[in-house]
Amino acid sequence: MFSYYLRLALLSIKRNPILSGLMITAIALGIGASMTTITINYLMSANPIPEKSQQLFYVQVDSWNPYEAFDEPNEPPNQITWTESQNFMRDATAFRQTAIASSNAVIEPQDQDSKPFMSSIRLAYSDFFSMFNVPFLYGNGWQAAEDNDRALVVVLSRKTNDTLFGGENSVGRTVRIAAKDFKVIGVLDNWEPIPKFYDLTTDEFGSPEDIFMPFTLKEALELNNGGNTNCWKSPEGEGFKSFLLSECVNYQMWVELRSEQEKQDYLNYLHNYVAEQKTMGRFAREQNNRLSDVMQWLKINEVVADDAQIMLWLSLMFLLVCLLNTIGLLLAKFSGKTAEISLRRAVGASKSDLFYQHLVETACIGIAGGIAGLGLALIGLQGIKALYGEFADKVTSLDMNLVIIAIILALVSSIGAGLYPTWRICKIEPASQLKDQ
Amino acid sequence: MLKMHSIKKVFRTDLVETHALNDFNLEVKEGEFVAVTGPSGSGKTTFLNIAGLLETFNQGQYILDNTDVSNLNDNQRSRIRNEKIGFIFQSFNLIPDLNLFDNVDVPLRYRGFNAADRKQRIEQSLERVGLQNRMQHLPSQLSGGQQQRVAIARALAGEPRFLLADEPTGNLDTKMAQSVLELLQEINQQGTTIVMVTHDGSLAAQAKRNVYVRDGKVSELHDVSDNISNVANVVNA
Repeated sequence: MFSYYLRLALLSIKRNPILSGLMITAIALGIGASMTTITINYLMSANPIPEKSQQLFYVQVDSWNPYEAFDEPNEPPNQITWTESQNFMRDATAFRQTAIASSNAVIEPQDQDSKPFMSSIRLAYSDFFSMFNVPFLYGNGWQAAEDNDRALVVVLSRKTNDTLFGGENSVGRTVRIAAKDFKVIGVLDNWEPIPKFYDLTTDEFGSPEDIFMPFTLKEALELNNGGNTNCWKSPEGEGFKSFLLSECVNYQMWVELRSEQEKQDYLNYLHNYVAEQKTMGRFAREQNNRLSDVMQWLKINEVVADDAQIMLWLSLMFLLVCLLNTIGLLLAKFSGKTAEISLRRAVGASKSDLFYQHLVETACIGIAGGIAGLGLALIGLQGIKALYGEFADKVTSLDMNLVIIAIILALVSSIGAGLYPTWRICKIEPASQLKDQ
Repeated sequence: MLKMHSIKKVFRTDLVETHALNDFNLEVKEGEFVAVTGPSGSGKTTFLNIAGLLETFNQGQYILDNTDVSNLNDNQRSRIRNEKIGFIFQSFNLIPDLNLFDNVDVPLRYRGFNAADRKQRIEQSLERVGLQNRMQHLPSQLSGGQQQRVAIARALAGEPRFLLADEPTGNLDTKMAQSVLELLQEINQQGTTIVMVTHDGSLAAQAKRNVYVRDGKVSELHDVSDNISNVANVVNA
């Protein structure tokens, strides 16, 4: 019977093109607005590394001002000091760990015709690549020995490799960065975690850096600080070394812990570490150590902006208004079918037959509205992209999941809207309209 | 075939209570062609709707084809309508955007016949009413008489044992009305029981039996074939 009902639905839609068109438009507008905001929220809050997001933990310890919390009510700093980064990596008590930081430096291409350009740098330890499942196109990351040796090795992003070497396998070749010759040991494949969860301090929807090099080179090459640097007291002394050893926070710390026990062990380690530091006159505040997995860390950092969530609720309200309009239009449409309904009832259709028939019709309208709504959502996303520029690039594209969500939302919405008119029409007594025609 | 005993039907609104049928008694035997006549508002159509299970009633008993249908639920009534009863209405009640084939197909769809069986029944029904060459036409492309023939084909397609016609010639001119009546007579001769409500005395006279309804009751019966002088037999239920 489904194919029969489908044919009847299409005939009915064709019979009342204006009413049907209005309903499809109403649903399309609601779906379009909703899907625009759902897409943004969905991409903003997506799990960027679902396969191990519960094993990766961001580390926070409270080295901040004893008289004032880093953030109210009693939040520890969102980054760690150079001292902690070195101590945590020296102790290396987690299964894997990496301190990371951002910086930048000038790259001088070997090609004399190409101009030097500024590139973004991710300073990391060797575990970074395995912890975050970073894909490689050529070569690999460096080893722990190269961390310790402060080796001048570098991993290039695919884009940088395209720029410097025309996309060829550049492993073994040399790149001049910050006036030093670096050996290329790896080239990343396409890697665009959304959001860029490993460093949320700036540009959480930005692309990964142009080049990756050992964290230990920060001190050796005196690479400048990227991202946000926050200090609660001034460095003691002058110069780069003094700045490194200050209480300023500019570094992020990630650990990979495979079990609850490992997590508990690491928390104990942090507790003992802070206690030890207290004896040395640091960490004047109460113990306030945190381990946040990836999704917790995204939530703490409010990666999904408040206004995006408000927009989501507003668009869902708009969808509701559109559906209320659709209910009115369906009532009008179905009221024109009372003679047919009576006839069908007279010749043997049960109420459930008619209910099913008309739900198929509303579902058809819903699917048409959903498809049109997807088109409107694409236009809406393009509008947001035009409004917000590069920032919105990564959160304004529809993937297959979102297309499916749109169709399901349209179907559920239209069937929901169709329930009352359908129920009402099924209550028509078969005898009521047959005599009057 | 059809036996109604002391049927009472009351229509109620907030202000008015209308007794459409009151102590209504009637028996129609298998193979009969009964014409039901009576003045407007006498309860003819209400009787037909109850007979066709399109409406329920307040009191009494109704036996249709040896089944007491007085207390059936909506689904059971729908099934009996579909399997045992064919309807013909004054205004044809064809679905305007379905062609003749699909209009005749409507009751068969709810019967659960397979596609081949349905096709055969539709073609046979339309052939029976002389419209086998117009299966793809829309109702609007036909004359009134032809539309009523389609309605008859629709009623016959499921091979019902019982055909209910409510003023089947009411919208037709005399010639077309006679043609439709002859078709009904032919159908009746082939074994289908027919009850026809009509205002037209001359058409009623061509049925095998006449029933006169007044004030919601059967007041007179004429057996046309047996009683040419139209002697009335008052029914005492």
